Amino acid sequence: MNEVVIRVEFLCKSFGTLKVLDDISTEVHRGEVVSILGPSGSGKSTFLRCMNLLERPTRGRVYFNEQDITDPKVDISKVRQKLGMVFQHFNLFPHLTTLANVTYAPIKLKGISHEQAKQQGLELLAKVGLVEKADVYPSRLSGGQKQRVAIARALAMEPEVILFDEPTSALDPETVKEVLEVMKALAKTGITMAVVTHEMGFAREVADRILFLDQGKLAEDSSPDEFFSHPRCDRAKQFLEKML
Amino acid sequence: MNLDFARILPDIPFILSGVPQTLLFTFSSVFFGLLLGMLLSLFKISGIKPLYWFAVAYTSVFRGTPLLLQLSLVYFATPQLTGYDISALQAGVLTFSLNSAAYMSETIRAGIQAVDKGQTEAALTLGVPYPQLMWDIVLPQALKNILPALVNETISLLKDSSLVSTIGVVEILRSAQIVGANKYIYFEPLIIAGLIYYILVMGLTYTASILEKRLRRSE
Repeated sequence: MNEVVIRVEFLCKSFGTLKVLDDISTEVHRGEVVSILGPSGSGKSTFLRCMNLLERPTRGRVYFNEQDITDPKVDISKVRQKLGMVFQHFNLFPHLTTLANVTYAPIKLKGISHEQAKQQGLELLAKVGLVEKADVYPSRLSGGQKQRVAIARALAMEPEVILFDEPTSALDPETVKEVLEVMKALAKTGITMAVVTHEMGFAREVADRILFLDQGKLAEDSSPDEFFSHPRCDRAKQFLEKML
Repeated sequence: MNLDFARILPDIPFILSGVPQTLLFTFSSVFFGLLLGMLLSLFKISGIKPLYWFAVAYTSVFRGTPLLLQLSLVYFATPQLTGYDISALQAGVLTFSLNSAAYMSETIRAGIQAVDKGQTEAALTLGVPYPQLMWDIVLPQALKNILPALVNETISLLKDSSLVSTIGVVEILRSAQIVGANKYIYFEPLIIAGLIYYILVMGLTYTASILEKRLRRSE
């Protein structure tokens, strides 16, 4: 097995009295595509958001490349440069053009020249098939296009891992496919991906591993074949019956 | 009724000479007020208790007392308190900046809080530190949204600048009064002064609408 990129130990998260994550421990290996599934309210998104500390765990630790990032002394901004994220609602910067969305972080954080950033930005936009939209503002893009730009933006920092938080849930059915195609292509490049999704087809086809969450607990951790043909826990069986 | 604008025709250049003073006041005050207002609004959303309470108390005092009183206090009390002989211009700009900062801080705070939290999160996950993302991502969007409110504030300041006539600055209103006192006619010069204010406000409104259109380019 490849080296561990993200290790989560005894992760708990509560919002007030509501316990959202309950003692989750797992690892994500380099190059792995992990799909996080589960019924709504099971804590999938919170789990993902704990991995880059958008949510601070109530208890437990998160390691990135063996560094404990829950340690308050860690410069979390530096860590996040290597931990990209793609959101359900895209969150593109509306006051910047498509290209500027992609080049903003590299220019500001890596100190590369505008010229070089532009070059790389256009290459990334070409990769997601949107190079002709470089000078357009996000409001002029369709949902699927926005999400592809968001993926290019995340890639611009050359992260080791990309976290996807329901990347296709806000899209209309026709554009879901174009985003999934980009994600599939991305998976083939060997980048590590953690994907919270309701796209069973994607999870089955692309993922190397399935994590199934139920009521804040890691109920199942198995290969897609195993999970989809022989789910062990009852909750996963029910879930699959409804989804498939 | 005997209106005779011809009699004050030679004095119109004198009244107009108050325009630069008025504009200087207004724009200096808007500039410093905006900077200070931004700082105060950041205090308010910082979550740091002493800063928060400072900003809230500041706003409360400057909104809770008359501007004219603040102006008199700064102009007449500063020399008594510090021995520094403050000029009317300094006193005016200082008071107006401090006062408008209180109003602007509330507007800016609302503007910042109205920017989608996803914007902050997206920038954070790219590894952008908070102060930088506030400046590059959140504030530009907030300012765009609150531009109409800031224009309102600027218009108020422009008109309130007539208050500095009470501490001896010869701006538009004061020069009109001087003309009136010299010729024993008040109606005509004051009407001229009013007209000048109105034209300035219209100019401001027009400029703002152009600026707003430019900012809305991205929509």
